[in-house]
Amino acid sequence: MSSEQEQESIRCLVAKVGLDGHDRGAHVIARAFRDAGFEVIYSGLHKAPEEIVQAAVQEDVDVLGISILSGAHDTLIPKIMDGLEEYGAKEDTLVLAGGVIPEEDREELMAEGVSAVFGPGTSIEETIEFVRENAPQR
Amino acid sequence: MSADEELLEDLLAGKHRALARVISKIENRSPGYRDLVSELYAHTGDADVIGITGSPGAGKSTLVDKLAETYRDRGETVGVIAIDPSSPFTGGAVLGDRIRMASTVGDMDVFVRSMSARGTLGGLSTATADAVKAMDAFGKDKIIIETVGAGQNEIDIVRTADTVAVLVPPGSGDEIQTLKAGILEIADVFVVNKADRDGADRTVQELRDMIQLDEGGGMGGGGGHHSQEVIDAHDDWDPEDDVDDADAERWTTPIVETVATRGEGVDDLLEAFADHRQYLVDSGEHAEQVRGRYAEEIRTLLREDVNAVLEDRLAAAGGVDDLAEAVRQGETDPYSIADDVLAPIETCLEDLEIDDG
Repeated sequence: MSSEQEQESIRCLVAKVGLDGHDRGAHVIARAFRDAGFEVIYSGLHKAPEEIVQAAVQEDVDVLGISILSGAHDTLIPKIMDGLEEYGAKEDTLVLAGGVIPEEDREELMAEGVSAVFGPGTSIEETIEFVRENAPQR
Repeated sequence: MSADEELLEDLLAGKHRALARVISKIENRSPGYRDLVSELYAHTGDADVIGITGSPGAGKSTLVDKLAETYRDRGETVGVIAIDPSSPFTGGAVLGDRIRMASTVGDMDVFVRSMSARGTLGGLSTATADAVKAMDAFGKDKIIIETVGAGQNEIDIVRTADTVAVLVPPGSGDEIQTLKAGILEIADVFVVNKADRDGADRTVQELRDMIQLDEGGGMGGGGGHHSQEVIDAHDDWDPEDDVDDADAERWTTPIVETVATRGEGVDDLLEAFADHRQYLVDSGEHAEQVRGRYAEEIRTLLREDVNAVLEDRLAAAGGVDDLAEAVRQGETDPYSIADDVLAPIETCLEDLEIDDG
């Protein structure tokens, strides 16, 4: 029926996980996503993987962007992926990683289910374009 | 079984992912969401719904966090709907209240969901009311709705709640401010949060004066009157409880002082909520409240549907732009156009009535 006009909006969780205390990049991304018309939920600093999973599941986000600068990505991100799987959310959540992530670690993260890794120097437009093109159709 | 039936079954079975997905469908107005919501009604009615409102920076999120924590300590499950504004230009939003829900992270039995206004007039209150139903059907004992700040939109949203707490920070204006209509009138409970700050005593005093002035007025959403109709209509009211009809007390809005950051006063606040709940049931006002809410839902749905029918007719008539241009050229006027567009519908309805008769 025509009154059921769809009002879909891309929902993203921008997450800071673990001990790293720098969230300027996460703020910039959150704001750019907002300006792109997305609904952004920001996790705040120092979150445990299970807290990120809880927020991603409850908020039913299309996109989970994990910003990580501490180098702990290879232990923390798999934990998040496992948590998403537990709630049946892994398959249709677009997971992105950003921050300081060495080239040699990327393949492993992709194997875990991360769709893209955006290192330093990635333009915001590129990231937004990627989200627009790859956000899951539910 | 269809995908939606499965979703409903999963929600009723307590699967968090299903609850999250149903709320998304409601927000997105995805195809089939109406059938889904209409199925929810049979499973609702058990949750206490509490609205928290007040000006930005009053400490709503922090207080909600502590309320949720305290309910959880008492073994009750909690749903939180946190509403944030969205940009009128891009539709984008940063939904930031979740950050302050720190006491209960990792506890799935506190289900926090952020919602944005998505720029729709009146649509937010419908979506909020439907999301409350989803949480209620899921089995949440307490549902807390936290609104953006102070405005007319909030008033619509808190109508979804059984009990409304209005946060008044210390020093929030002189006494004239507290006499202003609107946000203060919807309070069932006043909360002076940040009660450790200068000016808290004065704010409490001003609120107290205002409440006293209002004795005999309409503070707290109507008096404790109940017609026979109301008594017949609701099943949680027992005449035995009502000692003397003449004594049926009006609700006097209590003032609770809290320091949310330290959790001070939270127990008192929960007690005030419980008292209000008891009052609603004892006075018969709850039945009236619920009925009023359903009446509003019916009206809103009808308006939406009729609106859609009219949009279709406008499109069939060549779209509104041509009509507007005709008005601009002085060929006709909006009133005539409205009459012309509606005439066939009215004729149809009249014919239907004749057929029925």
